[in-house]
Amino acid sequence: MPDLSGFRFTATHEWVETVDGGARVGITDFAQAQLGDVIFLEMPEVGTTLKAGDRFGVIESVKAASDLFVPVGGRVAEVNGALADAPERVNTDPYGEGWILRLEDVDEAGASLLDEAAYTRLTT
Amino acid sequence: MARRTPLWDRHVARGARMVEFGGYEMPLQYSGIRDEHLAVRGRAGVFDISHMGEVLLTGAGAEASVQRLVANDVARLSPGSALYGVMCTEAGGIVDDVIVYRRLQGEGGSPPPEDGFLVVVNAATREKDVAWMRAHLLADTELTDISDRIALIAVQGPGAVDIVAPLCEAEVRDLRPFRSTGARVAGIDASTSVVSRTGYTGEDGVEIYIDADRGGELWDALLDAGRDRGLVPAGLGARDTLRLEAGLRLYGQDMDESVDPYSAGLGWTVKLAKGDFCGSDALRRIAEQGPPRTTVGLSLEGRSIARHGHPVRDGDREAGEVTSGGYSFTLGHGIATALVDPGVAGSDHLDVDIRGTMTAAAVVPLPFYKRPRS
Repeated sequence: MPDLSGFRFTATHEWVETVDGGARVGITDFAQAQLGDVIFLEMPEVGTTLKAGDRFGVIESVKAASDLFVPVGGRVAEVNGALADAPERVNTDPYGEGWILRLEDVDEAGASLLDEAAYTRLTT
Repeated sequence: MARRTPLWDRHVARGARMVEFGGYEMPLQYSGIRDEHLAVRGRAGVFDISHMGEVLLTGAGAEASVQRLVANDVARLSPGSALYGVMCTEAGGIVDDVIVYRRLQGEGGSPPPEDGFLVVVNAATREKDVAWMRAHLLADTELTDISDRIALIAVQGPGAVDIVAPLCEAEVRDLRPFRSTGARVAGIDASTSVVSRTGYTGEDGVEIYIDADRGGELWDALLDAGRDRGLVPAGLGARDTLRLEAGLRLYGQDMDESVDPYSAGLGWTVKLAKGDFCGSDALRRIAEQGPPRTTVGLSLEGRSIARHGHPVRDGDREAGEVTSGGYSFTLGHGIATALVDPGVAGSDHLDVDIRGTMTAAAVVPLPFYKRPRS
């Protein structure tokens, strides 16, 4: 299990980690396991401004398409381009190489975040 | 409360993800759909498909009853042979798609001297089918739903027959497609033990019908025998992606009572020449006038995935909708089948409306995948 002490979580199974004044966003290990093999991600344009809880994209697994929601607000500074060719990284390393977005100008207004212990209780 | 197959405890013990399908709690996946899919294409997979229903028709009127119920022609089936067909409403809509076997002597408990047929139906439609069949039986036909007495296990893949053949007290290698034979498998004594060269994956393989209370032993024996040949347990997730690549239809998704067999691309199973049967008047009309819709294969660029119900467009006009869609692990892109207006079936390209994004799709012949012939 990776060290998730710096991570916070949403009830919709995304995570956010604050890094260098910005934030990285992805989906949790629980979410990837439920989704099964990830095939494709629909991601926002770089520069898009989002509010906490906004839908920012879609994740397609073998089984279904699911909406993705940002845990915190901010401006999309980068999307993980490596996932276009290797979406399975979301399955194999959801907290590392499977990250999805990097946000800048992070705005936590309206965010509803759980710490690791609370998220673990939610999913067990 | 979902029903359980005789192998339920084995799936749970292996940590399979269980889902409800057709009223049964079934394994969706064990190691993962992609792994299981590729194992079946490259080596072999074993599937619990005990949720499927089995209905016996016996008695002097059984053949006439089956001829009335099923649009295909069972008259030429020899004992142990099977065919694929559809049961239709009087309006020509599909009640279910089925496999019909002419029974082997001695199968299914005490063998009646008369001719008999085994009709294999979908789990979700079993009760509806049994009611439909009972309502349309001709004289001197007895119907027995033996679904709960039978476990059904499929072994599929290029290595399947090499795994199963050494366990069988019959020469399975000589069994032609859509033929079955009674055979003791893995030394298991059972009142029913039938090996059939059939499947739903596009690969070579067999399906084994055995007494429900011996199903677990057979499952264990198959996995043991296949361990060194890369046999893996596979779930309904892989079964769906495999059957879609192979262009095989799924009832409830690609067809239902609002779809006729010609529209579904199953006109080849309708034998109008055999005489009158359920739906024959309507089907004759549809065959003459041309079906209202047609089934096409769509090949999508990249990893876009079309799903059941997504609208299909031809330029500005509505053309139909996707009936089944997914990602083809074998081909590396999205594939789908769609029911469309016959006027657009000749187009090279159609667009699929995937959650508001028009996605170009090439119209391609079915199946998407054909196994290499050895």
